[in-house]
Amino acid sequence: MKHLWIVVCFLLMPIMAVGGQGGRELRSGAPDLQDQASLQNGLKLYVNYCLGCHTLSYQRFSRTANDLNIPQALMEDAVMFSSAAAFDDPMHNALRAEEAAQWWGVAPPDLSLTVRLRGADWVNAFLLGFYQDSDRPNGVNNTLFDSVAMPNVLEPLQGVQVLDCSKTEQQECDRLKVITPGLMAPDEFESAVYDITNFLAYVSEPYRLKAQAVAPKVMIFLFIFGVIAYFLKREYWKDVY
Amino acid sequence: MASQDKTGGGFMKWLDARFPASRLWRDHLASYYVPKNLNVWYVFGSLALLVLVNQLLTGIWLTMSYSPTAEGAFASIEYIMRDVEWGWLIRHMHTTGASALFIVVYLHMFRGLLYGSYKAPRELVWVFGMALYLVLMAEAFMGYLLPWGQMSYWGAQVITSLFSAIPGIGEGLAEWVRGDYLVSSVTLNRFFALHVVALPLVILGLVVLHIVALHEVGSNNPDGIDIRMHTDDAGKPLDGIPFHPYYTVKDLVGVAIFLFVFCGVIFYFPEGGGYFIEQPNFEPANPLQTSDHIAPVWYFTPFYAILRAINFSIFGLDARFLGVIFMGGAIAVLFVVPWLDRSPVRSMRYKGWLSKLMLGLFVASFVALGVLGVLPSTPVRTHLAQLFTATYFAYFLLMPIYTRLEKTKPVPERVTG
Repeated sequence: MKHLWIVVCFLLMPIMAVGGQGGRELRSGAPDLQDQASLQNGLKLYVNYCLGCHTLSYQRFSRTANDLNIPQALMEDAVMFSSAAAFDDPMHNALRAEEAAQWWGVAPPDLSLTVRLRGADWVNAFLLGFYQDSDRPNGVNNTLFDSVAMPNVLEPLQGVQVLDCSKTEQQECDRLKVITPGLMAPDEFESAVYDITNFLAYVSEPYRLKAQAVAPKVMIFLFIFGVIAYFLKREYWKDVY
Repeated sequence: MASQDKTGGGFMKWLDARFPASRLWRDHLASYYVPKNLNVWYVFGSLALLVLVNQLLTGIWLTMSYSPTAEGAFASIEYIMRDVEWGWLIRHMHTTGASALFIVVYLHMFRGLLYGSYKAPRELVWVFGMALYLVLMAEAFMGYLLPWGQMSYWGAQVITSLFSAIPGIGEGLAEWVRGDYLVSSVTLNRFFALHVVALPLVILGLVVLHIVALHEVGSNNPDGIDIRMHTDDAGKPLDGIPFHPYYTVKDLVGVAIFLFVFCGVIFYFPEGGGYFIEQPNFEPANPLQTSDHIAPVWYFTPFYAILRAINFSIFGLDARFLGVIFMGGAIAVLFVVPWLDRSPVRSMRYKGWLSKLMLGLFVASFVALGVLGVLPSTPVRTHLAQLFTATYFAYFLLMPIYTRLEKTKPVPERVTG
């Protein structure tokens, strides 16, 4: 039977060779859901810069407050701008989708699941990838999302960024450079963007921390169960041969 | 262990006078004799039953909170994931269970091919099993529409439009299947009904037929010999041991190992690297915007690759229809394997090198087609898919020839362990 596996492996080789595909390298936005300070800062930035257009329809204010250890009173004062919203409501905004579609050509999507859809690295690189482009209606384009309809809402923090193509004729233009500084230094800005990404990663799977807390208990139980089952089997099978 | 002949007193006596409880226990567990040399390949049948029960139970709880409408389906899944107590666990058990079921079923089927478990007198066991596999594919396909994500929607759109490739009645048939010109809320509703009521009933019925047929003829074994040929004075097979407790405890070890891996996936990688839950499905279905790359879930991809490989027409049949025929043929041919194998021996252990080579080629083709079915097609990949489609069918269609031609090894009288 061993020969069979060798045959199988050899026959698969041409497929593996054809399967490889290159892709753009993204800046890492690997989430750290244990980092409460980062998540809280991400929430703050999200509410101030993003929530006005991008709802989080599947995420409730109360769930966010509980998971990120934010007292209800603080949440209601600092995060829930609309007095019509209740603590247990989903994180909606006052923007109407039809109007938004008229203004930007496309309604801003809900971002509850965007990290599961595109990955944290993508979201992180997207937020860092805006650059000045006078051909676009909003004056900006994005290295990751060509002809993006969204304006660079983080520009006051980041400053004005341009795409530098001067020295690299062989390579694609992918070197971004800030020419007019914003309120944050580049390091500071990257860390702020990471916090937003991290917060969105939390929102896309708010149960993830709970799953990781339960998992070891289940795995340990199954391991012990397996060991007992193995000795039970050995005991029963003693008299078979 | 096996001496359960005396009937119990009290309640059991009362029950046995009215219902064959003790007899069923004896016939199917305590005195059901199974060859003592079954190896690890034989655990996947029990595991398939375990995962099926997992699917039924988690499915019931998901149905309690799911809303089968185009407007509400996607949101109700997120409601389950976030607001229902332990909803995320129940749903991930169900999504991971779907893939796990196909993994164990594929291994179970491979075991059948390896040791000739389909050969006389087990033809019906095999045929019922194949019917189960077919219905399981329908069940999985319909279940995949229910989350109403982009991949759900466009996958269902592509597969239901396959019916329209049938000449003449095609368009009408596709419309009849969908209940609409496109996949819509009507389609979602009927798929929901079939997924949670009709097909599970058929599956349970077929499981009963599969097991009853198996217990009538007894299990095959890695040597492919009949243990009922050598019995003691009481008529018990010398190489047989009762299913319970021997195989119940042995399967319990398999269950523990399986659950360890299964739970690892559920808790740490529920998306299964984008294969168990595909990324585009985190976006609600949008009938106006086609998904960039439509690929079915991994367990359908070998057949999808065969469908796409047929890009030429013969005998005046157009390529699309021919593709559907080949895809259907790839599944249909599995049903007749018991009559294609003309070898005097059952097990691969005693078959010749041709059978071994062909089985190796078949497994390689199936896996290769599965990989190709996931990837976007390019001219090179299409040629590879055509090549592997040819080897896939060669395994079956040449079976009557190579199983007769080759020289087999002598089969031992008794099992070899």
